[in-house]
Amino acid sequence: MKKAIVITILVLFGALTAAPLVFLVCGSLMGSGELAEYLAPVLESTKGYARWRLFPLYPTLRNLVELCFDSPEFFQMFWNTMKITVGILAGQLVFGLPSAWGLARYPIPGKRFLYFLYILLMMLPFQVTMLSQYLVLNRLHLMDTTWAVIVPGVFSTFSVFLMYRFFCGIPEELLEAARIDGAGEWKIFWAIGVPLGSSGIFSALVLQFLECFSMMEQPLVFLQTKKLWPLSLYLPEIKEGQTGFALCCSLVALLPALCVFGMGQQYLELGITAAAVKE
Amino acid sequence: MRRSKWTGLSFLLPGFCGVAVFSLLPFMDVIRRSFVQAVSGRFCGLENYRIVLHNRAFLLAVKNALRFLLVCLPLLLGISLVLAFLLHAWQMAFHQKLRLLKAAYLVPMAIPAASLVLLWKLMFDKHGFVNGILHLCGIHAVDWMNTGAAFFVLVFSYIWKNLGYTMVLWLAGLCSISPDLYEAAEMDGAGRMTQFFKITLPLIRPLIFTIVVLSFLNSFKVFREAYLVAGNYPQEDMYLLQHLFNNWFTDLSVDKMAAGSVLLALVITVFVLLLQKLWETNE
Repeated sequence: MKKAIVITILVLFGALTAAPLVFLVCGSLMGSGELAEYLAPVLESTKGYARWRLFPLYPTLRNLVELCFDSPEFFQMFWNTMKITVGILAGQLVFGLPSAWGLARYPIPGKRFLYFLYILLMMLPFQVTMLSQYLVLNRLHLMDTTWAVIVPGVFSTFSVFLMYRFFCGIPEELLEAARIDGAGEWKIFWAIGVPLGSSGIFSALVLQFLECFSMMEQPLVFLQTKKLWPLSLYLPEIKEGQTGFALCCSLVALLPALCVFGMGQQYLELGITAAAVKE
Repeated sequence: MRRSKWTGLSFLLPGFCGVAVFSLLPFMDVIRRSFVQAVSGRFCGLENYRIVLHNRAFLLAVKNALRFLLVCLPLLLGISLVLAFLLHAWQMAFHQKLRLLKAAYLVPMAIPAASLVLLWKLMFDKHGFVNGILHLCGIHAVDWMNTGAAFFVLVFSYIWKNLGYTMVLWLAGLCSISPDLYEAAEMDGAGRMTQFFKITLPLIRPLIFTIVVLSFLNSFKVFREAYLVAGNYPQEDMYLLQHLFNNWFTDLSVDKMAAGSVLLALVITVFVLLLQKLWETNE
């Protein structure tokens, strides 16, 4: 009996948090007529309240077809988002990964202070760094280009922090053994550090992917040209009266993030807890 | 040996230079600008800070942020702790990983705020879903977007988004407690409640502060939902620091922004220092 209550509570809350996803899925399968009927109180201010049903009465793929064949701007923005996300992740692997290794495994003057600085930078919300980023981007004439969003993202210190945590957990004896065998320091990094720290690297990648994919503050401030906008700025622009289409766009827009989430859930959990528990 | 400090630096430097160029140096510049008049470029002491601290919009945004935190943090921590505790109990009792259930709690992290605009609008409209449900329960409809109730739209968004994240943090703490402790307590005749208050809570206490800090920092991201449903000038109770900074940015009020950024950075530095101290005492 007690167990039944526990299970009910957990499943109920879980269903609530996942409900928006379900809503998007069935909304995208509904025809405009059906949607108009349920949502008339909101969209046309008729009497009563908006209703919903779990499964569409007349499921249709029309929204998806319209999205695929008749909305080039959607794909333009979709690729913008991908470009930003992949650019940032790749940059972090090139610059952040060795940084984390160096910080974790070698004596470096002022290391404690550096580590503090990295944590501080990772914690600062965009409001605080907005002006400073703008000042640099403006001076480098990068404003209103995709680089304005990518480059500061590459040098965000969050992923360095995460990978640092995992690199610290590699036993020093392994590195010493490799040194005795005559391996160079970069060789050790590639052959021991990267493989053994891979769960940290994946955690950082998964968390950063989700973060970049829904990034909004930066493009909102740094990109004026609509052609460069990511999806997160395009979706709210879809006009009313295209409810089904808008829902379909919203759904397709989150699919990549959902895939990464599905494949990387364990790394996501690892990454979250890395900030809280000393391993 | 070859392992001088240069090896370490050769790994660190490429990334660090980027951080320096794009974060550290410009922030120094921001600090400088916070003491300088934007137009004339003359040193003006704390004048910018005085202006910001007397700015009505700034005070409103800070007031809203504080109110938001005071309401949200206890709610989020409380709900997520209870759920994490139940989930942990279930895991222990049936030796299941419950991946799918955890996925349901974490999935909001994968849903970009932009995908939710429409749903949020449909939910919180005067004739929307939430009011429909309230109506069924016999409660009067609330105008969510245009009255003080807008505040609760923010609270809801924040808790929905961060519930799974916080639960995973709590779970990490709960899993680190050895089951032997509970067994021993049970032998001594301690009930479930006693066990929770005498074993669980004291052992996860160090985690509480970490979670508070992380939740505090995540709270800045609630701007996304607020901006998407209500735009640049939302209902007064929803007006956040990010709105203010965006509007300052549009007006090019560099001096105000600089002073505001420095103030905010100071507050956060204090939090991070506390957090780091806590991590170190845990080691």
